[in-house]
Amino acid sequence: MKFGVVVFPGSNCDYDTFHALQNVMGQETVFLWHKEHDLQRVDCVVLPGGFSYGDYLRSGAIARFSPIMREVKKFADSGGLVLGICNGFQILLEAGLLPGAMLRNKNLKFLCQHVHIRIENNRTAFSNAGHRGQVLRIPIAHFDGNYYAPPDLLSGLEKNGQIIFRYCDEKGKLSEAANVNGSVHSIAGLINRQGNVLGMMPHPERAAEKILGSEDGKIIFQSILNYLEKKKGTGKKKATRGVRPAVSPLPPLIGTS
Amino acid sequence: MIDAKTLADHNLTREEYDLIVGLIGREPNLTELGIFSVMWSEHCGYKSSRVHLKKFPTRGKHLIQGPGENAGIMDIGDGLAVVFKIESHNHPSYIEPYQGAATGVGGILRDIFTMGARPVAVLDSLRFGPLDQPRNRSIMEGVVSGISGYGNSFGVPTVGGEVYFHECYAQNPLVNVCCVGLARKDKLFLARARGVGNAVIYVGARTGRDGIHGATMASAEFGEETEHKRPNVQVGDPFKEKLLLEACLEAMARNLIVGIQDMGAAGLTCSTTEMAAKAGTGMEINLDLVPQREAGMNPYEIMLSESQERMLIVAEPDKVEELKRIFNKWDLEAVVIGKVTDDERLKAYFHGQPVIDIPVKAVVDMCPAYRRPARTPAFQKKVTRLRLPEMPSDLNQVLLQLLASPSISDKEWVFRQYDHMVQVNTMVLPGADAAVLRLKGLKKGLAMTLDGNSLYTYLNPKRGGQIAVAEACRNLACVGATPIGVTNCLNFGNPEKPEIMWQFKQAVEGIAEACRQFGIPVTGGNVSFYNETEGRAIYPTPVLGVIGLVEDVSLVPAAGFRGAGETIILLGENREELGCSEYLRLVFSEEKGQPPGLNFEKEKRVQELCRQAIRAGLVRTAHDLSEGGLAVALAECSFKGQRLTGFEVKLNDRLRTDALLFGESQSRIILTVKKENARKLLGLARKMKVKARVIGRTGGRNMVIWHRKKKVVDLPVDLGYQAWKNSIPGFFEIKKT
Repeated sequence: MKFGVVVFPGSNCDYDTFHALQNVMGQETVFLWHKEHDLQRVDCVVLPGGFSYGDYLRSGAIARFSPIMREVKKFADSGGLVLGICNGFQILLEAGLLPGAMLRNKNLKFLCQHVHIRIENNRTAFSNAGHRGQVLRIPIAHFDGNYYAPPDLLSGLEKNGQIIFRYCDEKGKLSEAANVNGSVHSIAGLINRQGNVLGMMPHPERAAEKILGSEDGKIIFQSILNYLEKKKGTGKKKATRGVRPAVSPLPPLIGTS
Repeated sequence: MIDAKTLADHNLTREEYDLIVGLIGREPNLTELGIFSVMWSEHCGYKSSRVHLKKFPTRGKHLIQGPGENAGIMDIGDGLAVVFKIESHNHPSYIEPYQGAATGVGGILRDIFTMGARPVAVLDSLRFGPLDQPRNRSIMEGVVSGISGYGNSFGVPTVGGEVYFHECYAQNPLVNVCCVGLARKDKLFLARARGVGNAVIYVGARTGRDGIHGATMASAEFGEETEHKRPNVQVGDPFKEKLLLEACLEAMARNLIVGIQDMGAAGLTCSTTEMAAKAGTGMEINLDLVPQREAGMNPYEIMLSESQERMLIVAEPDKVEELKRIFNKWDLEAVVIGKVTDDERLKAYFHGQPVIDIPVKAVVDMCPAYRRPARTPAFQKKVTRLRLPEMPSDLNQVLLQLLASPSISDKEWVFRQYDHMVQVNTMVLPGADAAVLRLKGLKKGLAMTLDGNSLYTYLNPKRGGQIAVAEACRNLACVGATPIGVTNCLNFGNPEKPEIMWQFKQAVEGIAEACRQFGIPVTGGNVSFYNETEGRAIYPTPVLGVIGLVEDVSLVPAAGFRGAGETIILLGENREELGCSEYLRLVFSEEKGQPPGLNFEKEKRVQELCRQAIRAGLVRTAHDLSEGGLAVALAECSFKGQRLTGFEVKLNDRLRTDALLFGESQSRIILTVKKENARKLLGLARKMKVKARVIGRTGGRNMVIWHRKKKVVDLPVDLGYQAWKNSIPGFFEIKKT
C-alpha cells in the first residue's frame, strides 16, 4: 500500500510517521508538501503531529488553509482514508473533517507521557486489528488535547460508535486521573460518520518498536493495511519486504524546491 | 566624544579603550565602540577565563573539532559525527524566565545546526531557589514552560538533565542548555567567510531592537535595577527556527554554502567579524539591506541586535539564486547584504555613508586576557571542619525526608512538559542516570548526561570539579556507554573578586585533571561569570555534559527494578563520608566538611566493570549512587521500574549507620542481576579488581535495610514513592478553597 505523510511548515513528526510506515510497517511512503495539489495516488493520507505554522492563533487553524488540504478534503469526501495524529487531529477539527474542538489540557501544561487507551469500536478501518476493550499503551505529547463537543453532538458520537479510543488506566477502567487532558467522555480518538477519517491525540508512530517501549501503535497501522487489502481485493499481503530501503539515522530532504 | 560614562555603559575600562584606539589607529565611533564592547565582553571574549581554560585536554581519538567553533564534534563511526555544546542563559532567565529560557534553547540549537548537524536531543541543567518562596516557583514555572514551548515546537526531544534547589540560586537561577546533534561526517560546516568576492547572505528572521547588549548584560552583576533590563531579553520564535533548520540543512545538503554562522550573542557583529577573522578575509556590508522589523533603526542597533532565528551565510555568487529558492520554499527571507573582501576589515555602510571600518582581527583576536588575582576565601577553612552530629533515631523518617526533598525527588512534573520522544529515538526516558538514543538502522546508540554538584564545589572546588566529571562518566557507565567527549558550562560569581577567581581556577584544574584521567577531550563549552545579585554570588557550579557511545542498544539496562527475586549487587566501597552530604544539609542544616574522596583508578575500574557486565548481557538494572547515598539510590530503583518493587538488603560494614545509608562515597553502582548470574558477575569483578558483593534481593512491598543484624529501615515502598513523587507537584498545586 502507498501512504502519504503531509508536511506542513512546523510539522515535526513527519519523519517519525514516515519511518514507522516505511521502515517498520514496510509500506511505500511519500511526503506530501503543503504547497502542492498532487496526492500522488496514495491509498491513505496521514496528517502528522507537530506545530504546523507554530500553532500560532490556534492549533491547526492556519494549516487548514494550505493548498494540500483542499485535495485532502476531496480525497476524504470520496472515501479515501485520512489519519490525523495529534496536530493532524487538531487540523482535521479545524478543517471541519471531524466535529468538535480542542481546549488546553486541564492542568494547563504541555503533557508528554505514556497513556493507556481503550479500543471502543474495532469495526473500523483504523482499529480492526485490535479487539473491543483492548488496552493500548501509546504516548501523548500535546498542549491542546482536551477534546470538547457540546452535549447533543456528543450523544450523536456515542450513538454512532464514532468514539474509537478513550483514555483509561492500564486495566481499561475510565477515571478522572486516567483522563489526563480532561477530554469529554475521555475521548482520545474519533472517527467521522462515514468511517474514513480518524483523528487521535496519542502517537502510534512513537509506539511502533519494542526498543522504544511499546509496539501497540502498530495495531492502528495494521488495521489500515487490513482494510485497504480487503477493499482492493488483493487477498493475502503481497510481500513488499524484499524492497525495504536501508534505514538511515538521519531523515531525507523533504519537499521539492 | 567617548566619555567616561559611555565607557562605563559599555562595560569597558579606560585601558581597554586605549587599546582599541591603538588597534584601529583612531577614536572609534559609537557603533564601533559598541562592537568592541560586545566582542570584548566576558561572555564573548572570555577575558577572565581564557588563560585557565587552556588547561583542559582538547585532544582525543574521536575528536573532529575542539574548542573555538560553535560546537565540538566527535567521530562516532559509520560516517556519522556528533556535534554538541552547552550554553548558559542564566541572566535572561532571571529577568524574564519564559523568554530567557526559550531563547537559551533557540541559541544552542542554532549553534548545532549551523555546523550541519540536525539537533537530536536537548538536556538542561536547572537550578532555582527553594520552592517555598513564590518568586522561585514563578521563575521555575516560567523557565520550564520556556524550554518546553521552544523545544517542543521546534521538534527536538528534551531527554534529560538535572534540577536542583538551593538558597544561593534564589536571585540567580541557572539555566544551562546542552544540545546534541547528528551529522554526516562529510557534511560539516564551519564559520568561515572564504573566497574573496563571495556573497554574504542574511537569512531568517528580521532584525529588531530586542536583545541589544544581551552579551554585555550577561557580563555584569545585577543590582536592584534588574527589572529595567527586561528589554535586553530577546523573544523567541521556535516556528521560524524550525523552518531555518530545514532550509539550512537543505542548502548544505545541496552544496550551496561555503561558510555559515548563527547570529547569537552580539548578532550581526559577531557573525561578520568572526567569519572574516577565521578565514583571514574581510567583509563589506550594506546595513540598509539588512531586513528590519521596525523602522528607524540606526547602525548601532542593527549591529548589536540579538534578535533570534537569524543566520549569516557565505556562498559563491552563482549559488545565490538557488539558495534564495530554498529559503523561499521554507517561507524565509534570504538577502545578499554584502561580499567577502581581502582587506581583513569589516566595512559597513548606512544610507550611503561609511559607518564602520575596523580590522576584524582586532575585534576577534585582540580581546585582552586577564590573569586575575585569586585568593582562598576566608570561610574556606571554617566550613571544611565538621563535627558529626548525633545520629537521629528514626532513619525511616530521615529516608522519607530525603526522598521528599525537591533536589532528590521525582522530576516528572518538569520533564513531562517536555516532548522527550519526538524523533522516535529516545530509549531511556528522562529521570534515569543518562539518556540513551538509538540511531535508526544501527546497532549502536548515543548516551548523554549532565552533572554537577555545587555544594561539593563550594566546599572544595577542585574535588567538586573532579567529581562532576567522574559522576557524569559513571552515569554513562550505568547505561553501558563509553564516554567520548565533554562540554562544560562553568557558572561562577564575579571574577574580579579574588575569592571567586580562586574557586574558578581550582574547579577548572579539577575538571581538567579528571578529563585527562578518563581520556576524554573537552570540546568547548561556556563560562558564565557574574552570577551575583546585590553582591551575593551563587555557589560555584560547574556543569559537565558528557557524551558516550553505546555499542549495542539492545543491552541497555533499566533504571528501575524489573520485578521480584533479582539479586542486588553493590560495586565499590562504603566509607564513612558524610561531609557535604544532602543528609547533613537537610536534616541538620549543615553545609560543612569535605566532599567524598575520589580515587581515579578505582573509579575507572568500577565503570569498566559495569560496562563489561552490561555488554555480557548480565545486568538487568544499573543505578549510580549520588545525592542521598545508598538508601536513596535503592529507593529510586524501587520507584523507577514498571511497577513498584521493594527490596531487602543486609549490610555489615563497620561504620555509622547514617554514613552507610546516606553517605555519598564515590565510585559506587548498584546492579541487579538474575539470581543465576550473580556468581558470574562477582567473578568478573574479582578479575577486574573491583570490590563487589551481593547485598540483597528485590521483592516485597517494603524497602528493608539491615545493618549488623539490626533492621534500620523498613518502609512501605508506596509510602516512600508518594513522598518522592508528590514533592514538586505539591508546591504547584492550585489549592481548592
